Amino acid sequence: MNAIEIRNVTKRYGKLVALDRVTFSVEEGTVFGLIGPDGAGKTTLHQILTTLLAPDEGTAAVAGLDVARDFRKLRTQIGYMPERFSLYPDLTVSENLHFFASLFGVDVKDNFDLIAPIFSQLSRFPDRMAGALSGGMKQKLALSCALIHRPKVLFLDEPTTGVDAVSRSEFWDMLPALKERGITILVSTSYMDEAERCERIALINKGKILDADTPERLVEGLGGNLYSASCGDMYPLLEALRRYPGVNDCYTFGAALHLVADEGFNPDEAARKLEQSGLAEVRIRPAKGNIEDLFIKLAKNDG
Amino acid sequence: MSIFQSLVKKEVLHLVRDFRTVTVVLVMPVVLLLLFGFAISTEVNNVRVVAVTDRHTDETRLIADRFRANPYFTFGGTVSYREAESLLRKGKADAAVVFRTEAGRLKLQIVTDASNTTMAQTSAAYIEGVANSSANAADKSAAAVVADTLYNPQLKSAYNFVPGIMGMIFILICAMMTSVSIVSEKESGTMNLLLVSPVRPRTIILGKLVPYFLLSCVILTLMLTLSYTVLEIPFSASVVHVVWVSILYVALALALGLLISAVASTQVSALLVSGVMFMLPVVLMSGMIFPVENMPLPLQWLSCIIPARWYISAMRVLMVQQLPVTYVLTEVAVLSGMTLAVLALAIKKFNAQKR
Amino acid sequence: MDKEIAISVKELTKKFGDFTAVDRINLQVKKGEIFGFLGANGAGKTTAMRMLCGLSYPTSGSGTVAGYDIFRQAEEIKRHIGYMSQKFSLYEQLTVWENLNLFATIYGMPAKKIKEKAGEAFRTLGMEDMRNVLVREIPLGWKQKLAFTAATLHSPDIVFLDEPTGGVDPATRRRFWEMIYRASSEGMTVFVTTHYLDEAEYCSRVSIMADGRIKALDSPAALKRLYRAATMDEVFRTVAKGATRE
Repeated sequence: MNAIEIRNVTKRYGKLVALDRVTFSVEEGTVFGLIGPDGAGKTTLHQILTTLLAPDEGTAAVAGLDVARDFRKLRTQIGYMPERFSLYPDLTVSENLHFFASLFGVDVKDNFDLIAPIFSQLSRFPDRMAGALSGGMKQKLALSCALIHRPKVLFLDEPTTGVDAVSRSEFWDMLPALKERGITILVSTSYMDEAERCERIALINKGKILDADTPERLVEGLGGNLYSASCGDMYPLLEALRRYPGVNDCYTFGAALHLVADEGFNPDEAARKLEQSGLAEVRIRPAKGNIEDLFIKLAKNDG
Repeated sequence: MSIFQSLVKKEVLHLVRDFRTVTVVLVMPVVLLLLFGFAISTEVNNVRVVAVTDRHTDETRLIADRFRANPYFTFGGTVSYREAESLLRKGKADAAVVFRTEAGRLKLQIVTDASNTTMAQTSAAYIEGVANSSANAADKSAAAVVADTLYNPQLKSAYNFVPGIMGMIFILICAMMTSVSIVSEKESGTMNLLLVSPVRPRTIILGKLVPYFLLSCVILTLMLTLSYTVLEIPFSASVVHVVWVSILYVALALALGLLISAVASTQVSALLVSGVMFMLPVVLMSGMIFPVENMPLPLQWLSCIIPARWYISAMRVLMVQQLPVTYVLTEVAVLSGMTLAVLALAIKKFNAQKR
Repeated sequence: MDKEIAISVKELTKKFGDFTAVDRINLQVKKGEIFGFLGANGAGKTTAMRMLCGLSYPTSGSGTVAGYDIFRQAEEIKRHIGYMSQKFSLYEQLTVWENLNLFATIYGMPAKKIKEKAGEAFRTLGMEDMRNVLVREIPLGWKQKLAFTAATLHSPDIVFLDEPTGGVDPATRRRFWEMIYRASSEGMTVFVTTHYLDEAEYCSRVSIMADGRIKALDSPAALKRLYRAATMDEVFRTVAKGATRE
């Protein structure tokens, strides 16, 4: 059974189409990533699925309940962690937790086992004001508050935005334990490299779903015409490759360049020709792409 | 603990933790009451008056004596017309009484320094009163002006200000604080968390209104106690009506706060809307400082939509005149009507927001 | 003063009460360099950057930015740098042109020069038809490029970029970095913070802060050799993992 079922959901704000016939489904008990840049419609979709907004067209169901019709019942089944830190800074750690528990009519004690691994560091200072916590601690508290009523589906809207690489990684490390407990997780992010932390992902851009599948299968779909290029002086190489016949796209990729070429592209020949034109130590070899390459390709085709 | 209780508890915690705001909210009414009640008064004391006369008669001497004896005046003696003019110009005298004898009858002219209009009007009226009573005593045939001040015989300005300050404070606390507290939850995103929980929107609203309602009741008690003790407003049975009409007004102010919070999306705009649209008109047009009856007609009509105007006028009748509640039925009806209308609109707006 | 040094600080320290936010940092940034200023959350990056921009005074230490002393010539520093942050960059209710004109005027550019430079910028960005569009109506990617243009229109010696590419799609992010390259090749020094570690690879040199101190500073290639890592991401993890405060 699918925990989330979205069919042709469209949402407009005046002239702006925030979501354009969005369709995908999330299997129960998976970590599903919604990946796309700011303004792609990730937050709007989250707000529709958490019953804060109604779609203009299309239907969506979470945990088997329609988001528009059964929203009252649905609200007891979902946990939501919005993009910004949304707790009461002038209430203490324990007051925040108890407050959110009481909203759902549950007792903190009854569900503490679920949040215990996340909350452990926080339980050392239950009387500290939430506003005085460090960034990582705030996030742990927010996650605890979103989980305290044992939701079936957890919505995390950009939990790692503005967070450094180490803390981001720590955050992702918390999710598998929740999944083990049967909680379905829909998490959105603008960091493409986080795709590999999800079982399945949907790429979203300008309100449209570009593709949805497992990260591995999506990357396979990239095809074999991707090459990695490097040389002593990268910027001139980038400009030279963009002008080179048969190269469709060329962009920086970490310490190297990635180029997308036509079928008949010969990397060795290209390297030789570029060296003749004055560039030193040009190396071009086939590369294995990742989600970022795919996103660039799909977004380009989409216009 | 029920959901509602924990919502109220949370709100109380916010208030208690925000110690500065609560202190301001509790201290401000007290300070305003005492300030307007004692320090700032429109009562006229120590009017410095000089007399100008072409001919001394028994009559003028009698009037001058009266000024000398009256505690409200400091009599500066009889001077020439030119001197009087220069004293007024230099600000050393507030008023001059010019006696002229025309066709054997004494004529009075009162010249006042009107750079402070309130002062000028009041002192002119006083001088007239003193002069007339003297004239009356001297010449029984002169037309007597008998002025009798009812309800507020000492003309204490506190009587005038207490209803006004109450009208202002409740708008401030209920409308401003409620709207800012709701809007701040919208801004911080916590409102979304409340809305995605099973709590009904009306419970959320009620959880916001009740704490501020209770706070207003505390302030009402505080202000009434002060009014009846320190400011010595005569206590009577009408206090019951004062209380319930005030509570009606508080409810109206809360509804206004709710309406503002449904319209405004940032705390700043909530403050501006409640401050500019409600506070200023309350001060300027409710009759708190300037009597409504003295305003141009269009402004008088405009003042009718200001809740505080009706509340203040009801409070004057109930607190100062101590008349039974039947004398303020219009005001009560208008306030009730407004409360219902604003509440209906606010709830409609609040629900419309979601979708 | 050494003409080739854009930023030079020695033992720079900032304390807030008992808390040492920045603890005796030393660094030199060469002219025309793209310097990546990395660090974990709460490592003291923002505090250090504020001191370099002349927005706050150090508790102790010394340094020069664009040749001006950070203690005595903070106002001069501000005149010779550009600053762009992700959080605040442009006025949403002004048009593209009004924004550029405003920032250039603040930096004392003559009107004729503003027209000339802005016209040039619009051409390179391909934004000529967007001149009179309100900033709130243009897409995020454009906004970021525009913010960079606004921060550099007065040709500052150094431009400080505080997480300039947060939340931007991968293609736009790359085009943004090409703008950085262009500015740097024209001699502008770029001082940039980011959470995208692939972007750290594009920098000439990189420093990594943790617990208020600079734990590593070198070119990406040298750092990768030193930490035997394949990517800057691994380097960062190794260096930042030891951090005790958040």
